[in-house]
Amino acid sequence: MRLKALGSKGGTRHASLKPCLSGAGFGRPRQQTGAGQGGASPRPNRRLWTAPRARGPLRHMTQDPAFPRLDPVGLDGLLVRFADHLSEPANRAALALRASLSRDTPTGVEEVTTSLVSTLLRFDPLGVDLETLSARIRQRLAEQDWYAAPLPEGRRLVTLPTCYAPEVAPEIAEASEVAGLGVEEAVQSLSEAQVRVTALGFAPGQPYLGTLPEVWDIPRQAGLTPKVPKGALVVAIRQFVLFSVSAPTGWRHVGQTLAPLFRAEAAQPFLLRPGDEVRFPEIDLSRFRALQAAGQDGVTAEPLT
Amino acid sequence: MSGALDVLSVGPGVSLQDLGRPGYLAQGLSRGGAADTLALAEGAALLQQPLTTAIEMGGFGGRFRATRDLRIALSGATMRVTLDGAPLAWASSHVMPAGALLEIGGALEGVYGYLTVGGGFDTPRLLGAQGAHLAAGLGRALQEGDTLALGPDSGTAVGMELDVAPRFSGGLLRVLPSLQTDLFSEETRARFEQEAFTRDTRGNRMGLRLLPSGAGFSLEGGQSILSEVIAPGDIQIPGDGAPYILMSECQTTGGYPRMGTVIPADLPRVAQAAPGAEIRFAFVTRAQALAAEASDRSARAQLAARVRPRIRDLWRMTDLLSYTLISGVTDGKDNA
Repeated sequence: MRLKALGSKGGTRHASLKPCLSGAGFGRPRQQTGAGQGGASPRPNRRLWTAPRARGPLRHMTQDPAFPRLDPVGLDGLLVRFADHLSEPANRAALALRASLSRDTPTGVEEVTTSLVSTLLRFDPLGVDLETLSARIRQRLAEQDWYAAPLPEGRRLVTLPTCYAPEVAPEIAEASEVAGLGVEEAVQSLSEAQVRVTALGFAPGQPYLGTLPEVWDIPRQAGLTPKVPKGALVVAIRQFVLFSVSAPTGWRHVGQTLAPLFRAEAAQPFLLRPGDEVRFPEIDLSRFRALQAAGQDGVTAEPLT
Repeated sequence: MSGALDVLSVGPGVSLQDLGRPGYLAQGLSRGGAADTLALAEGAALLQQPLTTAIEMGGFGGRFRATRDLRIALSGATMRVTLDGAPLAWASSHVMPAGALLEIGGALEGVYGYLTVGGGFDTPRLLGAQGAHLAAGLGRALQEGDTLALGPDSGTAVGMELDVAPRFSGGLLRVLPSLQTDLFSEETRARFEQEAFTRDTRGNRMGLRLLPSGAGFSLEGGQSILSEVIAPGDIQIPGDGAPYILMSECQTTGGYPRMGTVIPADLPRVAQAAPGAEIRFAFVTRAQALAAEASDRSARAQLAARVRPRIRDLWRMTDLLSYTLISGVTDGKDNA
């Protein structure tokens, strides 16, 4: 194990979102290996993954003064970035700012969305000018400590039964090896982890989920897997992505779910929401096939208080 | 139901399109919508009606027949078209009588042609819109045998034509800097503006690939960046060094560095650049981009007023004798 006890000040609220402990190998540069159009590729962590802090005096000791920063994207976008790498407080800040801007939307803003550690405002560039809007957002940012803001309301714990058998998860052995674990140990680690939906993106309803134990800080593959099926659970850089469509990927396919992430014709078309907690408990191949044959997915959801 | 349009046969890239579904970025669903929204607006102007969902035809059209008399408009990429065998003018509106055969073939210039009908289509909405989002699996491409319900049509304008903005052969695209523009070296950015690119054969409603005329483009030192929001117009530089311009059905997040973003007013030019078309880029300031946006919106708002009755090509009128062309003395200067 490459664990060093660093930077774990402040209470963690989720066992699965423990502080990222800087360890040998975590800071090495990674080559862009191409995960299809826009595969996730967090830049190498240059700092510690700071723990979610209790509100209070600790915040200024760890917060990078360069963030949050505002930048225009294209003609109609304003991006508020809370960090330049994935961190739990920055993800929390992005979600909380979106919630705030959705409740009380500044003039000219047409849509608010989040990615891993930033909030995007899409606005009418002829309806409000960038400077005016930026000033309003800076004002909003000054109102509270966004890095310690509560998570969105209505969060749930969603359980998605997952088959880790090589018949439907062809890269489980390879991923285990890269992580330095035996296959059984790897499956246990993945199936017991509780991760959070950090963002939905890339394809409809498709979650980025973080963060896995540090042993899963594995790079993407050098090449692309031409196609993983819908429901594929893939892993890299301490994150899962769960595919809502069949797509190529540079991440390793370690599990298979029957999760209906996006149903265009349903009253609630999207299964997951940013902030939800998710678990992927193991089911064996026969149970997986039985569920599949019955047209079921085994998904359960319970509210988190 | 007010009649139907029957799809007798159809090319592979034909679907219903509108202005897409704004508001779902947070759920990972890009807006989608017509590749060339200006062509949708032109179709509506030619029929003197509000913008409706239309049939978008990527590269090749199809054969259609209506169960009632129908007003139609043809806009976007110019395609071969006949009505019961007689050629029709593009960028125009026409009457398509019940039972007549409308045949739309390959694109002569540009990529996406549009068939708009009077009153629009009365098809189901999914997540608030009628158009297909092919990448997301929302709706699907049209297929042989489809029957599209027609909406009630209270309009009468027909036989109109419109001079359209030239945008069917690539050209100069205006670009705003984006989040990673400064990560590229000054030399690389300068070369990006100096060199010409060729539109590759690889391209669809998600985006299109450009072939550099010289060496590929890349960030120095193989830097990687955090996956971040992406949007139509963004020019991604993937690992192979060939720029890729995102279009309406692009993904919502991506991890490739972006050289810049094509301004919205130039997106129809991106969509309509056929394989082989030459494309160049020029960085503009935000002030210039805002001026271009204002000018583009104003041009779209004036389309309906710029439409005019078409002057018929007499030698193409096979049914000339059925018209009462002259009912008195003329001065010999009239053409019709």
